[in-house]
Amino acid sequence: MENYLIAMAVSAGIYALMALGVNVMWGFAGMVNLGLVGFFAVGAYASALLTKGGAAIAVGMASAAIIAAAVGVVVSLITVRLRGDYLAIVTLGFAETIRIVASNAIGFTNGTDGISGIPGPYRGALSPEAFNLLYLGIVAVIVALAYFCIERLRASPFGRVLRAIRDDQQVTAVAGKHVTLFKVKAFAVGSAALGLAGALYAHYTSYIAPDIFVPLFTLYIKLALLVGGLGNNRGAIVGAFAIVFLLEASRFAIPLIPGVTPVQGAALREFMVAVLLIVMLRYRPGGLIPEKLPRLPAPAPAQA
Amino acid sequence: MASAAEVAQLVVNGAMAGTILAVPAIGLTAIYAVLRFPNFAIASHATIGAFAGYVANVSLHWPILPSLLAAFAVAGVVGVASDEFVLRRFRPAGYITTAIASIALTIALENIVRFGFGNDLRGYDLPIARDLRLGSIRVGPQQLQNLAVAGIAMAALFGFLAFTRMGKAMRAVADNPMLASVKGINAEVIGRLVNFVGMGLAGLGGMLIGLDTTIDPLTGFRTILSIFAAAVVGGLGSIPGAVVGALTVGIGEELCLLFLSPDYRSAVGFVAILLVLTLRPRGILGQAAI
Repeated sequence: MENYLIAMAVSAGIYALMALGVNVMWGFAGMVNLGLVGFFAVGAYASALLTKGGAAIAVGMASAAIIAAAVGVVVSLITVRLRGDYLAIVTLGFAETIRIVASNAIGFTNGTDGISGIPGPYRGALSPEAFNLLYLGIVAVIVALAYFCIERLRASPFGRVLRAIRDDQQVTAVAGKHVTLFKVKAFAVGSAALGLAGALYAHYTSYIAPDIFVPLFTLYIKLALLVGGLGNNRGAIVGAFAIVFLLEASRFAIPLIPGVTPVQGAALREFMVAVLLIVMLRYRPGGLIPEKLPRLPAPAPAQA
Repeated sequence: MASAAEVAQLVVNGAMAGTILAVPAIGLTAIYAVLRFPNFAIASHATIGAFAGYVANVSLHWPILPSLLAAFAVAGVVGVASDEFVLRRFRPAGYITTAIASIALTIALENIVRFGFGNDLRGYDLPIARDLRLGSIRVGPQQLQNLAVAGIAMAALFGFLAFTRMGKAMRAVADNPMLASVKGINAEVIGRLVNFVGMGLAGLGGMLIGLDTTIDPLTGFRTILSIFAAAVVGGLGSIPGAVVGALTVGIGEELCLLFLSPDYRSAVGFVAILLVLTLRPRGILGQAAI
């Protein structure tokens, strides 16, 4: 039972890191990434392949973040001058393409069989329980660091410019900000967090395969962010835990419904996530904990 | 090196695949032209059409042609309903939010299909027929029929847009919604119409694609990349563009078989999207994409 809870806490931490990254793109800068699972996959494969090739795990994780960020720069550069929906189309296509390549570049990714035996920190030296606890500690430290950095980012002039771009790109450009550069940077930061989350996932489970990186995963993170509060970092973490709880709860609850086959149960679960996302988007687009914006002092009433 | 006959066969296959791909691509681009957002729910509507046609053909023993009509009609009606009850409400929140809602909707609808039919691969009830040969080029009779259906659907759509009052009103709204409303065109009615026709075409396309292979709940999602590639390459919002784009993507996907394994086929669509957005974002026949 404890192991189960620890494993869930680890996945909630990984979701939280992803939600924080997506918050920079979507929450701050208003850039929609419908293929964030693709960046997660890039990080997972990069770190898995590097560490299996003999690199240290820390090096693998750092490279995962850097490679994902570089990919993010390329993807965002292609669409940054176009209407925002082109970014949505390209990112969705990117995630699907990564999955196709991962499934078929057999010499490189071992195809649909996936990569197994990915090293974890001290996995051999520790009991599984101790490994789980250690890993939870690592994830907690990384999420805390990411939270700290992204929170600083949010409060900084950089974060302010991103919010300005989100709210009105044209006005921000007129104010002399290099909108394109800011957007690409925001996308790179977010992609780095997604890539790092992928690496954390790979080293924890020791196994990755293309069918893990499905579009539904993208919806989980979007939902986590919406539940917690778009543009709000604390909300991103709260939302990630809420979503893992919801997914796990439904995993136990749905088989209890009489007369539902396992396939139908899985369909029901995906349906529920999608509908919940639609309902949240519709009625709570700012999330349950909305972003707090600094209030300007009300202007003094004009003298009569 | 491939022989000329091999290349010719690939071009013919690509042109046929492209003509079929043009059907859902027109649906997508028409909805984009009128409602100005990329409707990712096109994927689930293609699946719904494919399954509606399956029920008509296999469960009710209808011949293929009426089953194709059923695919169009059911997907069209579901399309109107999904806009009416879900997507329409997002329009005030902007096109980005609507696009996100549409991808959630597509997963919701796909899972309704999965709940009812499971994940098994299903095939239509087709007569077995021998391929026709034209010199060294081979074509299946079913493919020819699909080609004819796609051609007729497109011709009907072009006729509708060019000659009927509703079709002209639809073009007017796509062109300039403000001016159209000044002229007394009801944008809501046009919105419903474009959803019926667009999603109907998606459903028809889903079944046409399924006739060549098999169908399952992911039929639509697997083709979404090619559909979007066709629409973007041709220019999002341009209906003739969608046809040109679909032919380009269809032939491109086939010709890449000369160098790549068929598994990479849909990655070709993605590369096409990247190339077009880098070199000519408005696509072959579209308007400015900013």
